[in-house]
Amino acid sequence: MITRRDFLKKSVTGIAALSLPLAAFEIIDPKKLMASEAADKAKVRWVFLVDTYQCVGCGLCVKACKLENEIPYESNVTRTWVERYVITNDGKFHADSPKGARDGFLTTKIDLGEGKTEDIRKEDIAKAFFVPKLCNQCENPPCVQVCPVGATYQTTDGVVLVDRTWCIGCGYCIMGCPYGVRFFHPVYHTAEKCNFCYHRITKGLKTACVEACPFGARRIGNIKDPDDPVTKIIMTQRVGILKEEYGTKPQVFYLGLDKEVR
Amino acid sequence: MKNHVLRPLFVVIGIGILLLVARSLYVPKDFGIGERGYMYGWHRLSNEEEWKNKIIKVKYRGREYCKDCHADKYDSINKSPHKIIMCENCHGPANDASGEHYSEQRPKLPIDRTRAQCLRCHYPLPYSTSGRAKIRSIDPDKHNPDTECAMCHNPHHPNLEGLR
Amino acid sequence: MLAHGEIWTIKELFVYPNEFIYWSVQIVMYPFMTGLVAGAFVLSSLYHVFGIKQLKDMARFALVFSFALLFVAPLPITLHLQYPFRAVNVLMTSHFTSAIAAFGIVFNTYFAIVASELWFLYRKRFVDISRELGKKQDKTLVEKIRYLLFTTLTLGAYDISEEALHRDEKAVKVLAGIGIPVACFLHGYAGFIFGSVKANALWMTPLMPVIFIMSAIVSGIALCMLTYIITMEIKKFLATRRNASRGVFRSKEEIIGVEVSVIKMTAKYLLFFLVFAISLELLDLIFRGYTAVKSWDVLRSVIYGRDFIDIFVLQYGIGNLVPLILFLIPGLTIRRAVLGVILVLFGVFMMRWNVVIGGQAFSLTFAGYMHYHMPIIPHDWNTFKEGLGGVLSIAIMPFILFWVIAKIFPVFAETPNELRS
Repeated sequence: MITRRDFLKKSVTGIAALSLPLAAFEIIDPKKLMASEAADKAKVRWVFLVDTYQCVGCGLCVKACKLENEIPYESNVTRTWVERYVITNDGKFHADSPKGARDGFLTTKIDLGEGKTEDIRKEDIAKAFFVPKLCNQCENPPCVQVCPVGATYQTTDGVVLVDRTWCIGCGYCIMGCPYGVRFFHPVYHTAEKCNFCYHRITKGLKTACVEACPFGARRIGNIKDPDDPVTKIIMTQRVGILKEEYGTKPQVFYLGLDKEVR
Repeated sequence: MKNHVLRPLFVVIGIGILLLVARSLYVPKDFGIGERGYMYGWHRLSNEEEWKNKIIKVKYRGREYCKDCHADKYDSINKSPHKIIMCENCHGPANDASGEHYSEQRPKLPIDRTRAQCLRCHYPLPYSTSGRAKIRSIDPDKHNPDTECAMCHNPHHPNLEGLR
Repeated sequence: MLAHGEIWTIKELFVYPNEFIYWSVQIVMYPFMTGLVAGAFVLSSLYHVFGIKQLKDMARFALVFSFALLFVAPLPITLHLQYPFRAVNVLMTSHFTSAIAAFGIVFNTYFAIVASELWFLYRKRFVDISRELGKKQDKTLVEKIRYLLFTTLTLGAYDISEEALHRDEKAVKVLAGIGIPVACFLHGYAGFIFGSVKANALWMTPLMPVIFIMSAIVSGIALCMLTYIITMEIKKFLATRRNASRGVFRSKEEIIGVEVSVIKMTAKYLLFFLVFAISLELLDLIFRGYTAVKSWDVLRSVIYGRDFIDIFVLQYGIGNLVPLILFLIPGLTIRRAVLGVILVLFGVFMMRWNVVIGGQAFSLTFAGYMHYHMPIIPHDWNTFKEGLGGVLSIAIMPFILFWVIAKIFPVFAETPNELRS
């Protein structure tokens, strides 16, 4: 005859065992913990190529991105932007990105914030150029590492996405990104960033910014495809990456990356 | 009860069990470790499909999409230096938010005729070390400041040589 | 449509378009509150584990206050979230590579430890009240609720023999012992949240968790000292007024008020941890200046330029140096101790401010700055919860909670027999 105490003990143990979803054990499965196996087998790994020699700062890419990805047009946040760098003969550094270059650069005056500007004379300019920026879809994304709930993640083809239904809006991923590409979506209030127009590239289309750029300063490709023109350039020409000292292994490559670029 | 010292521990274990039960109800069934491992791939798996097809619809269609119905404009611009510009750069995306090209709410695409649009490329920025150097520019304060550029320059055929 | 953080951020020079001050004053409050929790607990454990007898009264007080603080500790970070109700996701689908997720588990463990320790300390009282009310035939509604509450709190363990109470004492010692490393973990994690962000040049240092723990203990001890002094003096004042005519006092605390020896002893521990904390912070600063890595130019302009007053005058000067002198001068009086602890608490708050806000004072470009002006007058929910309104609400809550909790876990002996010493 089972005692009440034993019965209670056994049923509690039984309920505990039943309620543990088997998914909880996945964390301990070593095969799942090792990612590199799956990444090596993937046939697609998206990479981006920016040619700063071609960029004229027209900002058509920023406008296209905002409209394609439904980022509120008037808001001061953007998935991609263009920076202007002007180095003067005295070695001084000037840079700005008014509204992320959504409207292009319609003045020679450098935007200093708080309504202040600085005018630079043509004779003083040593070099000046434009640098488009977007999410680097890093191979070691620090933003994904710091997400406490698993709302942001990386797909097998290398794109980092955000689950809007799960993001709690803590902002840790935004603080974790060394490149400043993340922000809070003004409408959805979840973390947001460039995702290489995932809804387009997975259908064989190009990203909106690549499509919009008239000068071929932006290009997207698949590094796993040796015949991809973008892959050929990355493999054979001298390309640079941003802030490589952080160890994030960014996958946006730059032709003509100057030492002054931040 | 001989030893009551473990009672708080039982309370804690009980709360833990309740939490696990709540978890099995609250967390979506397809939440787990993706192919990028636990560090980079911990997520709700169905979200990938949502981003591919549901959350955002394709809006920009690219230059070839406009060719069939708008052949005259397409051919005209293709013979000019503006052939590098995609139609939708001035006309907005071909498809609206729901992925439709034409709808009763939006019978015509907008046309950006502002000076600011043209000045994106044609504003005189003295940056000889960038691609800007190859584009002809005008001084917006001196060159017909109150008029739309399109009044004299046809964007699909911007050369003025024929007009002079 | 304003971006989040845009309303209280002013950008200067070259700043990335998406950069705003996302982690505002609530993220300053959060390590401050968890620090108070950890510090109060360590103070309480100094008696229970190391048997420092003079701290007995302070120990009980500190533990109950630590419990009240525990309820308030997760509030700042929950309020800060864009989706506070999704905060439970941190427990449900914890991503342990993130310091915030690990914090969820550590915090709940710590909560269990403090609650259990309190249970063992007050079990006899629960049993006494439950039995007393159980004997009563006609209970009023309030008494019925009290009976239900205290009976549940006994967890069915009614044995209050010497042996059982002795086992309670041992359990308290064990829990207090385990609790010290867990408290350190709790606050070390808060430091790790910042110290591990390689993208932020000011936060990224392995010293950050240790600095946070040391200053947490400092703040916890200081707050306990302050609240203890205030509470004891209030009790003395009320008792004197009440008993002036009758000339009868209920306990020795009512006559004496605060015992200077207790304060002096606690102040010694405060000083030790304060010196430790200051040393670590100065070490970090000196190291940065000496190695002068890429970020040093912009950091120097922030530390020695824009934030000079916040860092050197308010935090190091008024918040650290002045209380150090006040406590070192021989012949410590209660009044000087009160001033000292208030300044210490201010100093610890400024340290959190200078880390969180200071870390966002410069842009990721290292060529621009952001200025934070905290919303004082709120005009919507966002500017309330992330502004002065939110800070004040969080600041007064522990005291309100403490008053409520002290009714179940009283900290002062009402009669000599009621509480087991």
